[in-house]
Amino acid sequence: MKIKRVLELLNAEMILEAGDPDVEIQAACSSDLMSDLLCFAAKPGSVLITGLINPQVVRTAEIAELKAIIFVLKKRPDKDTIALAKAKGIPLIVTPLSRFTSCGRLYVEGLESCTEEAK
Amino acid sequence: MNLGDVVQKLSLEVRTSKGDLSREVTGCYISDLLSDVMAHAQEGEVWITLQTHPNIAAVAVLRNLAGIIISNDRSPEADTLKKAEEEGIPIAVSAESTFDVGGKLYQLLKC
Amino acid sequence: MSGKKVREGSFHLVGGDFTKAGVASSELKSILSGLGIDMKLVRRAAIATFEAEMNVIIHATAGMMHYAVSDEQIRVVIDDMGPGIPDIDLAMQEGYSTAPDWVREMGWGAGIGLPNMKKNSDEFKVDSVVGEGTTVEIIIKIKEGKAGEPG
Repeated sequence: MKIKRVLELLNAEMILEAGDPDVEIQAACSSDLMSDLLCFAAKPGSVLITGLINPQVVRTAEIAELKAIIFVLKKRPDKDTIALAKAKGIPLIVTPLSRFTSCGRLYVEGLESCTEEAK
Repeated sequence: MNLGDVVQKLSLEVRTSKGDLSREVTGCYISDLLSDVMAHAQEGEVWITLQTHPNIAAVAVLRNLAGIIISNDRSPEADTLKKAEEEGIPIAVSAESTFDVGGKLYQLLKC
Repeated sequence: MSGKKVREGSFHLVGGDFTKAGVASSELKSILSGLGIDMKLVRRAAIATFEAEMNVIIHATAGMMHYAVSDEQIRVVIDDMGPGIPDIDLAMQEGYSTAPDWVREMGWGAGIGLPNMKKNSDEFKVDSVVGEGTTVEIIIKIKEGKAGEPG
């Protein structure tokens, strides 16, 4: 699905446009722990659903090659984090929904978990 | 739906030897940040997390949660299980990712 | 060093400085990509060095990240002035963490940093002296024509 569909499903707002607006989103990671995101190879076209809003989320997303970060419960990162995401080309999305509802809606819509099968 | 039903339908492995699996599950909260769970989790919800240290048992008691599901096949520490058993909080483990467990539970609870 | 030298350099790491956390690894990732190294290897190097960098920032007072790239391998050595690791085998167990609670609230301290480093390296070594510091060595082999598999 495209990012636009993700925004619709999660009643979400794009607070930073970056990267390719037509990127195909196929999978989602949901975690507040950064080492966990680095533990498993993320499928291409993966987004992150998280409640953590510090700059390391952006750095971890860059290293894990994630396509967008979705912050839940209307949590907004500060301007330094937004500037970092802009520099790295990672779009930022804010949803009023919880991590549970966000995962649920995307799961029902057919997104897969971002972790690769072979570990 | 009670916790026992959730365990069975999601193929979870219960690791605590004590705890009330007949407790009704009112919903679900997913977070790995304790301060976040303290602020937002509601009584009776089941909590999905990657955290395995003993503080999770304390938080679950304080928020009167139905139980804890640890995802990604992580193992709760021995001290965590001990504390959870003392407090009557069931802890179960799923081999699946947080996204998958959360997604399946969302469908189960017909949200 | 194994192979013909292509590029080397260092980064300073400041303990406790979470604002700069990940900067060194991110720059190293750019350098490695710029050298035309296979992206799978660059990714593994980035993950391993990021974890090592975070360990210095979380636990140590200060550290240095030295990298040396040849046509045969990427070698990164991260050494710090910090508390050291009393039991390395224990520290290598997934889930074992000595990180304080406030670090967990920042998204770190899950106890999988060292295992993650090893998983993404072809050769991995940890040396430590309690009260002085820790040195981590990460080597990723560059194979001609195809990506190396993780060790």
